[in-house]
Formats: sequence, C-alpha cells, structure tokens
Amino acid sequence: MSTTGLAPAAEVAERVVRAARGPCIAIVEERHEAEVRFANNTVTTDGIRVDRRVTAIVVEPPETPGGPGTAGVARRSGEVDVEELVAEARGSTSAVDDAAPLVEGAEDPDFGEDAAVTGLERLTPVVRSLVGAFARAEATGAVLSGFAEHRVTTTYLASSSGLRRRHAQPTGALQLVGRDDGASAWAGAGTADFGDVELEPLEETVRRGLGWAARRVDVAPGRHDVLLPPSAVADLMLFLAGAASGRESEEGRTVFSKPGGGTRLGELLAPLGFDLWSDPAEPGLECAPFFVTSVSSADTSVFDNGLPLGRTDWLRDGRLASLRYHRAGAERSHARPAAGADNLSLALAGADGSLEDLIATTERGLLLTCLWYIREVDPKTLLLTGLTRDGVYVVADGRVVGAAGNFRFNESPVDVLARATHASSAVRTLGREGGSWMNRTAMPALRVPDWNMSTASQAV
Amino acid sequence: MTDAALSAANAAGAAHASVRVERVRTQVVALRDGRLETALDDTEVGTGVAVVRSGSFGFAASVALGAQPAAALAREAVDAAGLTAPARRRPFVFADEPSHGRVEWSSPFRRNPMDVPLADKVALLGEWSRQLMGSAGVDHVGASVVAVQEDKYLADLSGTVALQRRVRIHPQVDVASVTAEGDFEEMRTLAPPTGRGWEYLEGDGWDFDAELAQLPDLLGEKLRAPSVRPGTYDLVIDPTNLWLTIHESIGHATELDRAMGYEAAFAGTSFATPDRLGSLRYGSPLLHVVGDRTADHGLATVAIDDQGVAAQSFDIVRDGVLVGYQLDRAIAASAGFGRSNGCAFADSPLHVPIQRMANVSLRPALGAGPSTEELISGVERGIYVVGDKSWSIDMQRLNFQFTGQRFYEIRGGKLAGQVRDVAYQATTTDFWRHVEAVGGTSTYLLAGAFNCGKGQPEQVAPVSHGCPSVLVRAVRVLNAREEAGR
Repeated sequence: MSTTGLAPAAEVAERVVRAARGPCIAIVEERHEAEVRFANNTVTTDGIRVDRRVTAIVVEPPETPGGPGTAGVARRSGEVDVEELVAEARGSTSAVDDAAPLVEGAEDPDFGEDAAVTGLERLTPVVRSLVGAFARAEATGAVLSGFAEHRVTTTYLASSSGLRRRHAQPTGALQLVGRDDGASAWAGAGTADFGDVELEPLEETVRRGLGWAARRVDVAPGRHDVLLPPSAVADLMLFLAGAASGRESEEGRTVFSKPGGGTRLGELLAPLGFDLWSDPAEPGLECAPFFVTSVSSADTSVFDNGLPLGRTDWLRDGRLASLRYHRAGAERSHARPAAGADNLSLALAGADGSLEDLIATTERGLLLTCLWYIREVDPKTLLLTGLTRDGVYVVADGRVVGAAGNFRFNESPVDVLARATHASSAVRTLGREGGSWMNRTAMPALRVPDWNMSTASQAV
Repeated sequence: MTDAALSAANAAGAAHASVRVERVRTQVVALRDGRLETALDDTEVGTGVAVVRSGSFGFAASVALGAQPAAALAREAVDAAGLTAPARRRPFVFADEPSHGRVEWSSPFRRNPMDVPLADKVALLGEWSRQLMGSAGVDHVGASVVAVQEDKYLADLSGTVALQRRVRIHPQVDVASVTAEGDFEEMRTLAPPTGRGWEYLEGDGWDFDAELAQLPDLLGEKLRAPSVRPGTYDLVIDPTNLWLTIHESIGHATELDRAMGYEAAFAGTSFATPDRLGSLRYGSPLLHVVGDRTADHGLATVAIDDQGVAAQSFDIVRDGVLVGYQLDRAIAASAGFGRSNGCAFADSPLHVPIQRMANVSLRPALGAGPSTEELISGVERGIYVVGDKSWSIDMQRLNFQFTGQRFYEIRGGKLAGQVRDVAYQATTTDFWRHVEAVGGTSTYLLAGAFNCGKGQPEQVAPVSHGCPSVLVRAVRVLNAREEAGR
C-alpha cells in the first residue's frame, strides 16, 4: 500500500493490462491537491484531496492508422476492481473511426515509483504572508481576495504493446484581487512549486493598480488602441489554439477553413510574424512528453495514448502551420498528426522589452489588466465577446494617467494577431480565466489598434 | 465509515463535522456524422470530510473508502483548519439547522440511463443522425447524450443522515450546413437537460421526433436569412433562450456569497448588494422569481443539501423587487440570516460544498396569460429569439450579451422569417425593467444546464430554470459580423 491507502499506481496499471488479456491501454492518474481560498481579508476555505482515476481502454487496433478498429473505455476512481473495470470497458466496445495501431515504446525507468505528493504545507508561506497582507489592506481600506493552489498529478500509462510511461506534473497558482471603493486590481502567477512565487510582489502589483485607479477618466466605448498584458493575451490565444481542429476546419466550420474547401494551412495570418507553439520541453513550462487521453474527439484519439510529443508550431512566422489531427484523421486527410502539449507559448522573433516599455512608448491608449467571461460569438471569424476586468488604465504620453471603467469587447484573436503592431518579449503568465485549465503559458504583451469596445460595463 | 469520521472529528475537537460519501457515474456518448466518436463510462467515488474547529474551517477528501481512511480524513481536515487559522480574521460559523434524522430520497425517473446498454444509445443517436444526414442541406450532424447518476450519503454531527439519488440526462443534436462559398450555419436542438431518465429520449417530456423533423428546414432558412440590421428592437424571448438570461442576470446575481464579496477573486460579485434587499427595483412589477430546490425534474432539486439543510422554495424577486438571496449555512450565518435556504452543493465528494444555485425560475402570468403568439402580436418591429447559444456577462452581473439558435424578424405583429448574426446586449436592471408582458403557463418551460461554473477550485453544478416567454421593449441588437469588422 502507498501513503494514500491505495495499491501502488504502477501496479494497478499493470493489473489492468493483464486483466485485458489482449490489446489494451491502462491510464492511472493520481492527483494530490492542496488549496487555500481567501476573501474579505480573511481565509475562507481550505482543502486537501487525493484523487485517482483508473482508465481501461480495450481496443482492436488496425494495422495502419484509420483502418477498421474498435474501442471500449471505462474509468473509475479509487481502489478499483480491475477485472470489473476491464469487463465494463469491453462491454462498451464499439466500432470507431479513430483507430490506429497501439503506440510502442520502452519503459520509463521511474515507472514503478509511487505518485508524487503535495500538501497544505506547500502553501504555508502564502498563509503566513496573508496575515500581514490582510492587515495592510485593512489599513488602507482595501479588501483582498484570492486563491492559492498546488497539485501534483502523476500519470502512469501502460499498454499491451509494452509501453510504460510515467510523468509527474506539478502545478501551482497564486491569484490576488484587491478592491476598494471604486476599483479592482489583479495579479496572478503560475508556478511549479511556489519556489518562484510569493505573495508580496503580487500585493505590490495590486496596490499599484488601485493607486492608478484613484484618478478616474471618462472613456467612451468605441475602437481604441489597447495594450494587452501577457495574461490577457494568454486567454485569447487559448481560444485560437482551441479552434485549430483539423477535421472541423476541413469541414468548413472554423476560422481556419478555406472558403470553397480545405484549410488555411500555410496562410499568413499575422503579418508581424508571430510564432505560437506547444512544447513539452519548453523551459519553465515543462509538461508530459507523451499524449494521454481517456476520451476520443474530432481530433484526439484514445489510440494515440503514449504518442511522443515534441514541439508543435501552430503559427510559424505568422503563418498557420498546424492543425490538430489524431493519427487516423491525419491519415485520411494526408496531414501530419498533431496534438498539443499541456502548455502554450506565443512570441515574436526579435521582440524585447516589457509591458512597461510598451507603455512608455505609447502616446495614447488603454492598458487592460484582464479579460473575463470570454465566449465565442461566431465560429466563422472566431469572434469572441467578453469583459475587461480588474483595471482599464488610460495611457497618455508614455505613462498611466488614470483609470477608465470596464467595457464589453467583441474581438477575434485571429484579427488581434493580424492587427498587432508591437510585442514585448514573452514571459510566463497565468490567464485570468483560462489559467485554471491551462496553467503553463508564456506570452508577450501586445499593442493592438482599433480594439472593439462594444459597450461600457458599470461593473467594478 | 461516516461514524468513524464523525467520531474522529469529534475527538479532535471539531464543533461541526459532516461527511459525504459519494458515487457519481457519468456516461458520455457522442456520434459525429453517424459514427461513434466518444464513449466514456466514468465512475467517481470518494469521501469528503468538512470540519469547523475553533472557528476555522478544514476539508480533506480522498477516493480511498473505508472506516480507517475516513477517520484519517477527519483528522487531516482538523489539521488543515489549524494550518490556515493564523490568517483567519473572522471565525467560520454555520447557521443552525435542525437534525432531519434519516432521509432517503430519489429524483423521479422511470428508466435509469445507466441500465441502457451503450449499443442501444448508439443505435438511437445513429438513427437520429441518419435521418438528418439524409435531409437536403445538412452536411454534418452531431448527436450526443450525457447521463449522470449521483448517489450521495451525507451524515453530520447533528444526526442528519441523508441517502439521495439523482438521475439527469442531456441529449443534444446539432446540424451544420456549409456552402461552396465558405459560408456555414449551425443549429442544435432546444431540448433542455432534465432530471429524468432514459424515458426522456422516448418522448416523456420532449417530442424529439417532431423537433428533429423540423431541423433541416430551419437550418436552411437560417443559412439563407438576411443579416440583421443592428439597432434597438422589441424582443419576444422564448423560454429556450430566456432561461440562460435568468441564470446569468438573476440566478448568479442573487447568490449572497457573491453579493458579499466571497467570489470576488473568481466568479465575481453582484450589483444586488445586501443593503438593497427589499428596495432594489430589479425589474418590471410583473417579475416574480423563485428559488426552488423542490421543483419536479429540476436539476438542482434535492431533499437535503450538501450541508444537511432541508430543500426549500423561496422568493427572490417579488413584484419586481429584490426580496431574497440564495444561501448556504456559512453565508447565512455571516449575514445574520437565521437559517440557510438549502443552496449548498459540491460537484464531487472531493470538493468543498459551497453556495450553488437553486432552480431559479420566473413565474408565468397569473391565469391563462398570453401565448407566445399573442406576445408577438403586440410588437410592431422586433425579433423573436429562440434557443440559447453564446452568453457572457460581467463580474457584477450587469452588462450581458447573448446570442441564440434562431431569430425571427417581427413585422406588424407577425413573424417575417429568420434573420442571422444577432446578438442582444443590455444591462440587467434596464432589461428586466423593460419587460412589458410575461407569457402564460402554456409558454412555460423548465430548461437549464449541467455545467454552471463557480468556486475555486472550480466546480460545475446542474441547475434548471423555468420561465415563460416574455416581451421586452427596446433592447440593443448587434450584428455579430459587423462586430467582427466584416
């Protein structure tokens, strides 16, 4: 038994494969999590949890990708009766379109090791810092809220083809919101282990934002030049990457569909020459170097479990370079299989400087903090709507001179990259909205002309 | 298990302790163009223990089952409360709730979807898909069903022991048409998710055959429809669309944890602050909005909530005025309410129960009330909005923008064909104050969603919203293509 009271995860994966007595994939994901939530200048809730999901995928794979095959999937949590699980998967076996030969490979040397763990102790420095931060906030009439979380997910992947992969993924985030009478400010950061993230710098950022908001400037809705900080850019790019489905683009149903048929692969979308990519080896954003999924979709397949992941360029030099395909789909479409690793980076070759440098060279514009409640309005253009949040600051002659109210925007991230005129160097960032499911992002700040602020929002 | 956990919590000095042991089984089946694409049968089990010790809250959870792990979780929850206590500036208190003894309850269903073999599910969705694929103008068909069986066992130190089963189901079909010129449109069924069993797909509560038969023609008309001219229009909004507007602009806005700032870091706050209770003119005097955890087939319907509170029904907006909030026990205590109205929910045994939405519903007009056609007849120039699609609202629940599945131009009190690219945009109180008429019971529909998000770590909750058709005057309508600069 491991420290969780559960059988060792690697052993469970092996038992699933043995129980299948035939072509099969086993996935065991064990997650340890700890979190502290706070609001109104006090801690509210905290929690620790141990989760384990065991997936059995019973398959009849074809000899080549896209050939006839079957799959049945069942997933259970906790201490699992593997015979029952495999029987359940077998009972749901059906003919599928995404069949491909099982991925082959060697055994990771750490495959037999226990799952990595974490606990509330990891967040103790944050809790300690909160004591002082709450006192300082109260002294200035501000109210702090936020969330600190740390989790480690260890994935074990075993298959009847002999593949044995293990990956331990640490993920953390710290977010801080400060509010006073008429303003809100946010700072957030993603981290692997909290070794590089502390509360105090975030507190300083929030304090600076609330200070900027002390002077109010009336700004009407309409088209404005904006400065998007890396966090806001991350939230937009997650939508752009999400729309990059090969099959749906071929079907004519995405912004990457070519009118009259086919896709826009190779087309210049961002004249400035941005690169957008996923790479499991990206320094500071390291993630699993192999593909894992318990469900198939239009462009992901359970048959691709274990497929090695390398760098995938979604945009290269501003041109659409890849769309997502599972192996079977790629075979049918004469395309390259492409799957995203669990990170996303955007950069402009040669760009340097920071958001502050962009501010300093801006004659007039709006500096946004966060984008919120972003939803797709029209898949044809990937038009998104959403709100600005936690500070819209007026920049004049290279410095922040006050704060405007919030706005609803209607914009497409594809058009945003097409219109962007300046970019900073890329830095690790946490999307305010998308960061909860894509923690590992590195983005530049962008200057974008004619941003469509559709209407004013009275919200603070 | 629960006895072991409660005893351990008690021995560790907890003033409050509750234990939930849950099994949540979710089946997802999805076909694309008639071929199986996704099939997943997922069962989550686990135990969660929540404690309050010396005014500090602690929670621990695990997928490990058994008396020994449960007792260990109780001790870990007490330890967690101790670790965060230094940064707790106000004691964590639960509003009192009497013991309800032993309660056993099940949502009403005739055929448990879990008992329906996958092959039968695939066969029915396949049949629907083939029927649509054979129709002129339909290039692609998606058909899916998500079914959930949620079993919860809750016990707390007050003596409440509740064993509850909830079954819910959401079938959905979408069709797409793509032109040679690269234009395309999509449309999906309006059938809402519901607290029913497989019988729902067989006609109990919705006529799928009738809806599917209409989809190809409706899609074709949409693809040929003119693009809307942006401006100000009177809207007649069908309940298939209005439920989501209620959800976002009333349901979330009247969650007291939001209104008091406890979601400020994530989901947001609310313009409907507690100082405005009893005086805020939320909307037209015709508005009567109820929070209800007892509604038949409601997705948020229970007997006992996840903090041991009995399900209730309560007014939120009466005669257009804000008169109530949705509460859990912690929020009720901190705001001085005597008792929670039973709105606590956790989407997993591994998550902390937090205040979640009741079935928040707009009452239809008293008596027979007007039909949707009668509402349309009162509009000279307007749009009839059917089905939900895109939605977005700000963090204080004021500025919103919604699209839909279908939009019909209204001219001289009559429908004059579909228009496309419509989005309507308003501020919550302006919108609801411009409600001129509320439809009768014949227009009433209980709709909803499986996936309402809130909390950190984020949790999803199922919730229903009942409403009639309404007539709203002078609403801003945008053209989505023009907004994109096309």
